[in-house]
Amino acid sequence: MADILSVESLTMRFGGLLAVDSLSFAVRAGEITAVIGPNGAGKTTVFNCITGFYRPTSGRLALTHAGGDGFELQTIPGHNIARRARVARTFQNIRLFAGMTALENLMVAQHNRLMPNVASGLLAVFGLGGYRPIQHAAIEKAKLWLDAIGLMARADDPAGALPYGAQRRLEIARAMCIDPVLLCLDEPAAGLNPRESEELSDLLLRIRGGQVGGGCSILLIEHDMGVVMRISDHVVVLDHGEKISDGTPAEVRNDPHVIAAYLGEGDEDEGHEASAA
Amino acid sequence: MSGTALRSPAARALRDAFLSALVALGIFGVMVGLRTDPGARSLVLSWHPVPVAVAVAIVFFGRLALSGWRIARPAGTAAPRRLAEGMTHAGRYVAPVFLILALTLPLYAGRYYLDLGILVLTYVMLGWGLNIVVGLAGLLDLGYVAFYAVGAYTFAIAATTFGLGFWTCLPLAGLFAAIFGVLLGFPVLRLRGDYLAIVTLAFGEIVRVVILNWVSLTGGPNGISGIPRPTLFGLTFLADGGPGSFADYFGIEPNITQRVIFLFYVILAMALLTNWVSLRLRRLPLGRAWEALREDEVACRSLGINVTVTKLTAFSIGATFGGFAGAFFATRQAFISPESFTFIESAIVLAIVVLGGLGSQLGVALAALVMIGGSEMLRGIIILGVDLVEYRMLLFGIALVVVMVLRPRGLVSGRTPSVSLGRPREISAELVAEGRG
Ligand SMILES: Nc1ncnc2c1ncn2[C@@H]1O[C@H](COP(=O)(O)OP(=O)(O)O)[C@@H](O)[C@H]1O
Ligand SMILES: [Mg+2]
Repeated sequence: MADILSVESLTMRFGGLLAVDSLSFAVRAGEITAVIGPNGAGKTTVFNCITGFYRPTSGRLALTHAGGDGFELQTIPGHNIARRARVARTFQNIRLFAGMTALENLMVAQHNRLMPNVASGLLAVFGLGGYRPIQHAAIEKAKLWLDAIGLMARADDPAGALPYGAQRRLEIARAMCIDPVLLCLDEPAAGLNPRESEELSDLLLRIRGGQVGGGCSILLIEHDMGVVMRISDHVVVLDHGEKISDGTPAEVRNDPHVIAAYLGEGDEDEGHEASAA
Repeated sequence: MSGTALRSPAARALRDAFLSALVALGIFGVMVGLRTDPGARSLVLSWHPVPVAVAVAIVFFGRLALSGWRIARPAGTAAPRRLAEGMTHAGRYVAPVFLILALTLPLYAGRYYLDLGILVLTYVMLGWGLNIVVGLAGLLDLGYVAFYAVGAYTFAIAATTFGLGFWTCLPLAGLFAAIFGVLLGFPVLRLRGDYLAIVTLAFGEIVRVVILNWVSLTGGPNGISGIPRPTLFGLTFLADGGPGSFADYFGIEPNITQRVIFLFYVILAMALLTNWVSLRLRRLPLGRAWEALREDEVACRSLGINVTVTKLTAFSIGATFGGFAGAFFATRQAFISPESFTFIESAIVLAIVVLGGLGSQLGVALAALVMIGGSEMLRGIIILGVDLVEYRMLLFGIALVVVMVLRPRGLVSGRTPSVSLGRPREISAELVAEGRG
């Protein structure tokens, strides 16, 4: 299958600290690719490079749409990575618009469709520019996602007042509202109980398969090995900014480098999971 | 500081009150106690101990009462919150009542109150304009008066050199202010929080200093006089009537009050336009993006929103209304000079927005009414030989402190969702972000 994102020799240096060291891997279209590794391995930094929050010290991030359009993400300014290259993301620490309702959060995500340029935004003040049908479509799309994440009943509640698990799901729905081709999720299962993790896995599988939304590839950072092993098609393991393993979940699980890295970190939970096989 | 912790609450309250009184003595001793009166040859300094003593005593006992109240009910947050909900609820009925009172003001109020109404409405309009920038987009702008000045001078210069009328110049004034908004915005909107505040403050001063020194264009410190009054479809409001005047056309006695009434309705219409545009924008993608920006700029960027352009629109639309208000100010006064556009004007408008509750249209109107109208009402109230209006800035300050202590979000906080599936419910203030720049 074709690669949607190809990361080539990505390096990110913060002063003297080499957070990502000449990392290369590929995200295949229509798959869920997991990036795992101990804390501080550089996973979030890779995401920040892909989504334009950091400019990589060196390396290449090539994104290719299904239609053949290519984007060099390392050269595109911030917001255009979401807008033109259509890469969406969530954050390790949830970043919802807490004082706005769930519905409003999903509407803000559709900003560029609702308001293609400033002139159209101003014309809408006077009821011109055919704003109504676009708004109607945007609300319908928001409803579709509220339904998919089971928050229809809480559409008019402020995002900040939702339970933690619901906020995680809402953030994913919000990211999906930009119609991404690649969805980057930074520890979406962190803080969820087993049942919620299960539901999240189902949601991500449905997003990948296109049962909800238009279908998209997923890049996933996750510590919960249950989730990773169940849903990912491909796993990349990072340690100290370097790739130490890359393959199917089963291959990675049996890789001695991975077991060593996780045992070395001394995190009981993850150590068990990784060495269980 | 282990000693403080061991002391009894009463002793601590007393100590607090004493310290507050000491600070008050330092402040009031100079501000209230010393006064300059015109003497035979020069100013004479006179010393007024009684008002100082009264002020210090008020602070001492006020502080003591506050401490007592805190001790009596330690969980003292319930009351303000209930007040907030009540306020938001009442808002639905208060706004129409105020609108009707304003529309019918010329029927029951005399010249003095009409003039005061015009002044209040000018600040209401400025407050609503700045509310777009500070309340919705969360950008702290300390130089709003610059746009007010640009609007006023654009109109004054266009009118006196090209002979253009008020209605022709009004859009021009708004346009120029908007252009200045963009010019200022481009370099500074990358800055955040305190830095943005400082740079906008400096911008306000730069505009004033340029006006002061560009004598050939602006008349420098002498200002510009002879600015034409607005007309009603070509009818003038000259005091002596004459052909082409309002009084002549309708065959009534010319009367200066007619012009005041007309000016009142002009500023009322302009303020209502500002309100209408703000309310409408809030429910549209642009306004929603401003609020999202105030909530979380990083998230906005991750959703493909061009943060710089969105901030610029807020800045320049806010500036446009400042420019409109400036043009009105110029036509009403018929004379403008740089003295009318000092930093204190920005501070007053910002205080109105903060006091009213960031983002709340009704709150801003109420705050303007209380701060501008209320302080004018103080004129002539003489306590212990001092006219209270001289201390209006002091009272502003006290009002701000009191509101910030009791209701840190301003008089009317919370926000109504811009779109909803069911009946929209108010979002409580604790969840709403203030913006960090
Ligand atoms: N903006 C930054 N400035 C300096 N150091 C950073 C920055 N962001 C991340 N780092 C460092 O890079 C390393 C990798 O961090 P991160 O990517 O957050 O790890 P992970 O997400 O895998 O836990 C850490 O040592 C972290 O301290
Ligand atoms: Mg991380």
